[in-house]
Amino acid sequence: MCLAVPMEIKSISNNVAQVEVGGVANEVRLELIDEEPKVGDFVIVHAGFALRRLDREEGLETIKLFEEGLNLELT
Amino acid sequence: MNSLEQKLKDPKLCRSIVGRINEELDGELRFMEVCGTHTVSIFQSGVRSLLPDGIIHLSGPGCPVCVTHEREVAAFLDLAERKDVIVATFGDLMRVPGPNKRNLKAAQAEGARIKVVYSPFDAVNLAKEHPGDKVVFLGVGFETTAPTIAATIKIAQEAGVNNFLVLSFHKLVPPVMKVLVEDPELAVNAFMLPGHVCMVSGLEPYRFLADKHGIPAVVTGFEPVDILRSILTFIRMRNKGEAAVTNGYVRAVADGGNPKAQAIMNEVFEPCDALFRGMGSIPAAGLGIREAYGDFDAIRALGLTLPDVPPLAGCKCGDVLRGKIRPDECPLFKKVCTPANPVGPCMVSTEGSCAAYYKYQI
Repeated sequence: MCLAVPMEIKSISNNVAQVEVGGVANEVRLELIDEEPKVGDFVIVHAGFALRRLDREEGLETIKLFEEGLNLELT
Repeated sequence: MNSLEQKLKDPKLCRSIVGRINEELDGELRFMEVCGTHTVSIFQSGVRSLLPDGIIHLSGPGCPVCVTHEREVAAFLDLAERKDVIVATFGDLMRVPGPNKRNLKAAQAEGARIKVVYSPFDAVNLAKEHPGDKVVFLGVGFETTAPTIAATIKIAQEAGVNNFLVLSFHKLVPPVMKVLVEDPELAVNAFMLPGHVCMVSGLEPYRFLADKHGIPAVVTGFEPVDILRSILTFIRMRNKGEAAVTNGYVRAVADGGNPKAQAIMNEVFEPCDALFRGMGSIPAAGLGIREAYGDFDAIRALGLTLPDVPPLAGCKCGDVLRGKIRPDECPLFKKVCTPANPVGPCMVSTEGSCAAYYKYQI
């Protein structure tokens, strides 16, 4: 029920974004997102509304640090 | 969309974390997730089969369909019988059994006007297309879903769509967790917190788990690496004798959540007592529509009441939802109750723990 999917913003007009995931186009509303969305952003979509921007750099950085942590402990 | 998603599923990294879990686990660890999406992810990804015997995974009351009370389902069925009403609903509710095993799917087959929608916004468009009818959206879901319904009510008000109504049986996660942790029979060492619920609400409503009850809790994403990292965090916290509420899903969740979504949700809804299946009435665990938006409230506009109905005979969904028994400890499991012929909601919903046990338990 709380399943939410990251989708890439292709265009924005009047609180509605055209998004795409896996080649499938969709339309999502932007009334609930808490920072100004931009074309190229990945937003997490639930029930037709974008709820937050997915910070992919943050995600990669977190995993990198975690992996480094695992390796550090091994030595 | 590749490197991050691949990393989060990376088998090598998963094996490393499982290795750590095996090394560092000291005594049995019982963790509970409170999210239907976690239930499905943990089974479907195979993570559960990687875990050592000393780690016990429990599914709590985190599937909105499963916690929807039988009296609420009866209200949906009563509503569907009204001639002037079109019911709009998310598809998950269609097969949930109400009194006498009736469900919305059967009502639809008998002629009730029920339309499955993917967004509450679609229900507003449906109302525009049927100006002579009342379109009632069945509002079920937790903090992830409630803001989308609140925003939709505001959009309907601005557009002057007066025949769109919401029957709000939305529920909140923290009050039900409070009931769980205050139950002396509950044996849980750690909570995996629902990532998308926390995307809206943030971590603050969950601090009490650690501060008051000494139970570690981690906001968790839905990929294998997310889930395994949280389990390792539980073990490490316990080994250090610490308990904290931490954010393991930083790419999607800010510690303060989404203030804009919170504000819209609080503008339209107010806390009210709510019925949970198998748990009864829980104070301030539901969201009713505020008076300022009363014109969109199906309860006020249509004078709806919750019918009294007997509980489902033999169904142990209530005990399953509270982590008291495993699904396979219910006498109906796989005998009378199957996904093709579900007796209770935990078998109906794809996110229910009984359905997950049935499908994935080897």
